[in-house]
Amino acid sequence: MKKSLLIQGGKIIDPSQGIEAIGNLLISEGKVSWRGKGEETPPHADYDTLNAKGLVVCPGIIDLHCHLRQPGDEEKETIASGTSAAARGGFTTICCMPNTNPPLDNQTAVEFIKSKSASEGVVRVLPIGCISKGRKGKELAEMGELASAGVIAFSDDGEPVLSSYLMRQALDYSHAFDLPIIDHCEDKTLTEGGQMNEGVISTRLGLRGIPNAAEEIMVARDLALAQLTGGRLHIAHVSTEGSVELIRRAKEKGIKVTAEVTPHHLTLTEEKILGYDTNAKVNPPLRTKRDIKALIQGLKDNTIDIIATDHAPHTEADKLCEFDLAPFGISGFETALGSLMSLVHGGELSLVTLINKLTHEPAKIIGNRYGSLGTLVTGAPADVTILDPNLEWVVEPKAFASKGRNTPLTGERFRGRVMATIYQGKLVYKDDSIKVKES
Amino acid sequence: MSKKVIMTEEDIKRTLARIAHEIIEQNELLKELILVGVHTRGVPLAKRLAANIEGFAKVKIPVDTLDISLYRDDLSSLELKPVVKLTDITATIDGKSIVLVDDVLYTGRSIRAAMDALTDLGRPRLIQLAVLVDRGHRELPIRADYVGKNIPSSRHEEIKVQLKETDGVDEVAIVSTPVAKEGR
Amino acid sequence: MRTTQVKPKVPETTVWQHHHILDIDDFTREEIELVFHTTKAMKEVLSRPIKRVPTLRGKTLINLFYEPSTRTRLSFELAAKYLSADVANLNASVSSVAKGESLVDTLGTLQALGADIVVMRHPHSGAPYIAARHIEASIVNAGDGWHAHPTQALLDLYTIYEHKQNLKGLKAVIIGDIMHSRVARSNMWGLTTMGVEVTLCCPPTLLPLGLGPIGLDNKELPPVKIEPNIELALDGADMVMTLRLQRERQKSGLLPSIREYINLYQLTEARLAQAKPDALVFHPGPVNEGVEISPAVAHGKQSVINEQVANGVAVRMALLYLLSGSQKQ
Repeated sequence: MKKSLLIQGGKIIDPSQGIEAIGNLLISEGKVSWRGKGEETPPHADYDTLNAKGLVVCPGIIDLHCHLRQPGDEEKETIASGTSAAARGGFTTICCMPNTNPPLDNQTAVEFIKSKSASEGVVRVLPIGCISKGRKGKELAEMGELASAGVIAFSDDGEPVLSSYLMRQALDYSHAFDLPIIDHCEDKTLTEGGQMNEGVISTRLGLRGIPNAAEEIMVARDLALAQLTGGRLHIAHVSTEGSVELIRRAKEKGIKVTAEVTPHHLTLTEEKILGYDTNAKVNPPLRTKRDIKALIQGLKDNTIDIIATDHAPHTEADKLCEFDLAPFGISGFETALGSLMSLVHGGELSLVTLINKLTHEPAKIIGNRYGSLGTLVTGAPADVTILDPNLEWVVEPKAFASKGRNTPLTGERFRGRVMATIYQGKLVYKDDSIKVKES
Repeated sequence: MSKKVIMTEEDIKRTLARIAHEIIEQNELLKELILVGVHTRGVPLAKRLAANIEGFAKVKIPVDTLDISLYRDDLSSLELKPVVKLTDITATIDGKSIVLVDDVLYTGRSIRAAMDALTDLGRPRLIQLAVLVDRGHRELPIRADYVGKNIPSSRHEEIKVQLKETDGVDEVAIVSTPVAKEGR
Repeated sequence: MRTTQVKPKVPETTVWQHHHILDIDDFTREEIELVFHTTKAMKEVLSRPIKRVPTLRGKTLINLFYEPSTRTRLSFELAAKYLSADVANLNASVSSVAKGESLVDTLGTLQALGADIVVMRHPHSGAPYIAARHIEASIVNAGDGWHAHPTQALLDLYTIYEHKQNLKGLKAVIIGDIMHSRVARSNMWGLTTMGVEVTLCCPPTLLPLGLGPIGLDNKELPPVKIEPNIELALDGADMVMTLRLQRERQKSGLLPSIREYINLYQLTEARLAQAKPDALVFHPGPVNEGVEISPAVAHGKQSVINEQVANGVAVRMALLYLLSGSQKQ
């Protein structure tokens, strides 16, 4: 089983090294061990070969924001099912949010995640710790303990940090550990009872709206606090044009902020909710074409650093109810790349930029404590994603590995699909058409 | 599709005159008589009969209209709903003699529905039936008291009645659909 | 009148395509006219000593009401009974629904019980759409959250039609809590489809986003005028619709006080005088006399509030007739 694997003839795209060329990549003992151009073959001949002709080979993509539901809501997802789904989606590293039950606000909880991931996980799971004790938004969690336990960031996601005072303390205190504070930006006094974006469609459907301003107010507040404290701020799931503008200006001023956007906010508008499809109900909500345009521009000019799925699985029964009563969330691992490729095929985003936003940029935010992620430099962990940028396929939630089938994309035709995922040198997902030839 | 004219405008005029005379003959108490036209073509026929009766007997007979859509027994299986037209019935029909007027008597179900409607509206002393055409193939024990013309027909044929008031021309024709040509 | 004209232009059969009645936004003008036509026939049935026809004999109609409502439920119940249907009522507050049975499960139960038509009133917008996906019976929306109340709009339209016959070019004003009103939404759709010019008059906090004339960013909404000043809004109006103001709007901070609402928006005789002298006054009921409408106007000669109720039964009979039979699309 310890044989090397040569990925041959694919187009290697590694933004961390500025590489975009047909080549061959050798993986040995869980690490990238050699890379060659064109017809070059590795020095010693004992390896299996994976024919990647016509395919794109890039560093294993990274998801900085997902919900694995374990412990507490295992009927929605477990680490086992979630990581399988992630692997099918091409992800080799995923960062799970701490809004579990019990929440990840102490060392024991984090240890649980780590050990479960080690024994049942199919890809790398990195935990995010709570900002506040119990996610109650009142007192700081023991960030020091969480940091030594191995969290890569702090967040109360699901909820915003409502108290500006607490947010300030969090940004200040986390400074010592050089870990970012991820905020879910939402002014809850404006969004209470809100179901979807506030606008023409919400008026038509008779649903209470969630206005853009609710997000922008918290983004502005957090940016001011980041400036005040010099702490590392990361804005989760940016969804509005106004938020993008605020972050852009903050970066110009040198404020230490990074930001993420989800595949659904880049490709779907509020019109998906016509007909009351609860699978399109997500927070922050799907917005308008105008917002999408600004988000794509934000990606291109680096106002938005990364793409993260905010994978939020729910059971079928959870979503099979009145719109008002359905929980927010879209199951995103297995449709992420397919939907993002529509932006590439539509000429709005280059493939290199897309891969950058899924590999090198998130790796920068995570840092080095788990090794060199998001890169195919020799010696880095052998996390590789192999995709066919042109293969057409239809989204069929029944085929998902995730327990969450809640996607508004059922029946959607995509062009571009993950064909294989390699985690630490092991093939953790492979489409049937991919053949590995023994040496 | 082939069409054969059975009654011309002149035929219809003479037939309606004859029916009017028959009605006068059979009904001693013309004053208690009401003609009820069944929508759609029964209505202009009823009006013409009333005009004829007034002409011959110098008695003005009231003409009411009846829509039977709501009484049909086949609504569940109809893909296209019949448009419900207005039913306009004299204040009371209790004790009156009614002559229902319709264009074609076929299975008898329309008349069954019309009788159900009338009995919901009151208790007439007598109900009689006048039709322009009787084409046979009854599915219920219903018969007409006054018949304009008996036209034996097969189930694959359609008896097409056209009246000036509704269709711009007076004519009764048999229309065969191509299926009928396969012979019976 | 002893005789009625036969209008050769009325077709013999309808092209009624709706298996459900969820909202009036997908009714064409021809379909609305068909409803008018059928309603007229139903009104004749209601004028008889025995108000009964066998049209829906053997059909089962179940009223599934998740919100209390005496009037609408009674109206549907009577409409169904006059058509000889079997009727049963399920009040969500007293049944297993209160114990937590989901909407979809409840519909499964109704399906198993043989429901042909389910009339649904629900506090959450969109519930009937979800219902329509999970049951074979026809769903009639008797009001869902803030979203729609199509049968109310149709009976309102019929009421104007009875008075004015031709709706095109008429001016209608809707006054009140537009934001939370399904009656307002459905009427906006219905009125504009029939060529009526609609003006909305309300405090800005009760006006939802996106409404405005054609050209504004509102291809999803019917074109309407907005006029927050009641006198200006009423100028030259042919019909005035007042909406019920719920007291909790003040509690949730959308209005400073009911008193101020009355000062600015109550339909009084003096204000009504701004409209045309033969303008009709509507209210979907129940009326908060002294709040959105003065008692004098509510009981005045321009008020058609009671006609609305009477027409409600006839309109619902017409809709049930049009829905009956024929397989699911």
